Amino acid sequence: MAVSVAAQKTVYMTENNEQVHGILAEFASPADLYHAAEKVRDAGYDKWDTYTPFPIHGMEEAMGIKRTILPVFVFFGGMTGAGLGFLMQWWISTQEYQMMVQGKPFGDFASGGWQNFVPITFELGILLSAFTAIIGMFALNGLPRHNHPLMKKERFLASSDDKFFICIEAGDAKFNPEKTRDLLERAGATSIELVEE
Amino acid sequence: MTSIHPDQATAQRLAGLARQATPPPVLDPKTGDGTLIDDPAVRPPLVLNNRSFGEITDIVCGYAENKPPRWWLPVFLHAFGLAQLGGLFILYLVITGIGTWGLNNQVDWAWDITNFVFWIGIGHAGTLISAILCLLKQKWRTAVNRAAEAMTIFAVICAATFPGIHIGRQWMAWFLPPIPNANAIWPNFKSPLLWDVFAVSTYGTVSALFWFMGMIPDFATLRDRADRRLRLNPEGSPYILPFVKIRADQARAYIYGVFAMGWRMSSRHWHRYEAAYLILAGISTPLVLSVHSIVSFDFATSILPGWHTTIFPPYFVAGAIFGGFAMVLLLLIPARELYPNMKDLLTLRHIENMAKILLTTGMMVGFAYSMEFFIAWYGGNKYEVAAFVNRATGPYWWAYWTMITCNVISPQFFWSKKLRTNVVAVWLVALAVTIGMWFERFVIIVTSLHRAFLPGEYHMFHPTLVDIMVFAGSFGVFLTLFLLFLRFLPVFPIAEIKAVLPQASPHAHGHGEHDSHGSAGAHGSAGAHGHGDAGQATHAKGGH
Repeated sequence: MAVSVAAQKTVYMTENNEQVHGILAEFASPADLYHAAEKVRDAGYDKWDTYTPFPIHGMEEAMGIKRTILPVFVFFGGMTGAGLGFLMQWWISTQEYQMMVQGKPFGDFASGGWQNFVPITFELGILLSAFTAIIGMFALNGLPRHNHPLMKKERFLASSDDKFFICIEAGDAKFNPEKTRDLLERAGATSIELVEE
Repeated sequence: MTSIHPDQATAQRLAGLARQATPPPVLDPKTGDGTLIDDPAVRPPLVLNNRSFGEITDIVCGYAENKPPRWWLPVFLHAFGLAQLGGLFILYLVITGIGTWGLNNQVDWAWDITNFVFWIGIGHAGTLISAILCLLKQKWRTAVNRAAEAMTIFAVICAATFPGIHIGRQWMAWFLPPIPNANAIWPNFKSPLLWDVFAVSTYGTVSALFWFMGMIPDFATLRDRADRRLRLNPEGSPYILPFVKIRADQARAYIYGVFAMGWRMSSRHWHRYEAAYLILAGISTPLVLSVHSIVSFDFATSILPGWHTTIFPPYFVAGAIFGGFAMVLLLLIPARELYPNMKDLLTLRHIENMAKILLTTGMMVGFAYSMEFFIAWYGGNKYEVAAFVNRATGPYWWAYWTMITCNVISPQFFWSKKLRTNVVAVWLVALAVTIGMWFERFVIIVTSLHRAFLPGEYHMFHPTLVDIMVFAGSFGVFLTLFLLFLRFLPVFPIAEIKAVLPQASPHAHGHGEHDSHGSAGAHGSAGAHGHGDAGQATHAKGGH
């Protein structure tokens, strides 16, 4: 394995002169992966991830993942939807197109006509919250992204079936081909391989 | 390393070609398939036969990957034909006009709105299962939520058709949403009918988003399986058609791959995914309650006796859940019998739980029916009394008593544990409830309209062939979509089911699934580690 020093950080290259993405280690069970993740976390790694067929309970803690900011996004998304929804109804009903139906108030606050706007305000708040939740989730996850270095590995495809993986990326400041590999081995990996970029 | 690949062994075993690795457990006959345990201290299994993670993948992906059962194509063609026929009658309706329905000046809402409320009600079970049961941490929902959500969306599609064609000049349907137009006219935001437009379209959109998001990891599983097969044997998969040189697995890897959005099972992604899922469940719960409340406002805000009641919103929501669960049972009980291994995922306990929900919500609608009479008498409004007496004894008495028989009396059978765990009995009651819930809407709409305040407004409603065929067509659309769902999409949430298996817990002893040691060995691992020592040591250290 050749090592070349780029402007700031080390770039690791394989013998075939391909850039190294990281080291992929397979684990036999959720319990093994969980405890291995705790070790990687305690070793101070930053750019790494575990790959599991289903969300493992408590994995955030074992990996030291911070709580996502998504709920805050959704709150503002929902408020925007509700606010714009109310404003639209108020503007159309009282400013742009006043319609006298059954003697009901147009929609001004003094006469209580705003009450008519509650259902649609609510629905539009929900609609925008839902879009914010799903689009925000994708954006924070960096998806959609239809290829990834890991997907080149046939073994890795079983992560969506019944296998459990840890990948420590070469971009991590603490990454060292030998030491990282050693850490994963000691953590109980059943197989370890190098992933090219 | 054995001569046979572990996946192949599993596939053979699932096809019944090889002997079961583990003998089926001896069951207490009182517990049905082993899940009907009354002792609250014992947690009944959610998945039977100790399925491993890999087996769950094989079973559920098998429904989408293998050739469909022999009955599938004929049933699909009939359903699709019925949908086409309904479409032709809608075309005739659009060309000729609303007069082809049996509507008249007085009974100006009839089957069209009945069908609309019927379908939108059916659509409520899916979101109830996926959202409310999710918030309540009811783990059994994982077996039914995907199919129920699919049903929700298909039911909303059927429901949305009816107001769309009921408006008369269907080419003006774009006037329903507030779109700026050259005439500078806008919709009336004081009208519950417009609230309904927003409620139903929001509900359809959010349900579709929820459904899609739930399927993303499962699309990734289907994509990875197809991809893996192609890498192992590029020539192994047949062409999709003899003259189209695209292999089935190539099409799968591409199409499922596009919808999987590049999902790669990352725990950092799962964290945000679960947060988003919980948020969607949280906002869908008030949404599902609001939608049928708003549908009920269509009636409750009028002054017509029989419609003008404040009990309508909760009564409609209970009825929607009632009808929705009946439809879930109506579709899943046959599916469970017809598809291999589905009984392992969809156990008798699931059926029993849903039967209990039918019993509960059936009593709620029964209470609402009696309360309508009580309030009519207690409120001292003679028009309202007349409307309700007319419902039970007037020209549409048969519709009223059909409703009472199907909705109030038939679920009472479920007090018996024997009957609510008998799939035939449950299916028959679900059928009765589906019929009863259609009649409930018919009774509310038509019997209230056909006798208004003045004798000059007394009219009867008689359905025409167009009424009947458009309704039948909506069943065709619904079944067509559901059969396509069974054929091509992950019918069960694969990832969620794996997560509720006992071996999914990171604190489980015995290191997860029973065959994981074998397959890990078959990979020829780099460093063989003593699981025992290392595992025990970290257990002691990392336990919290």
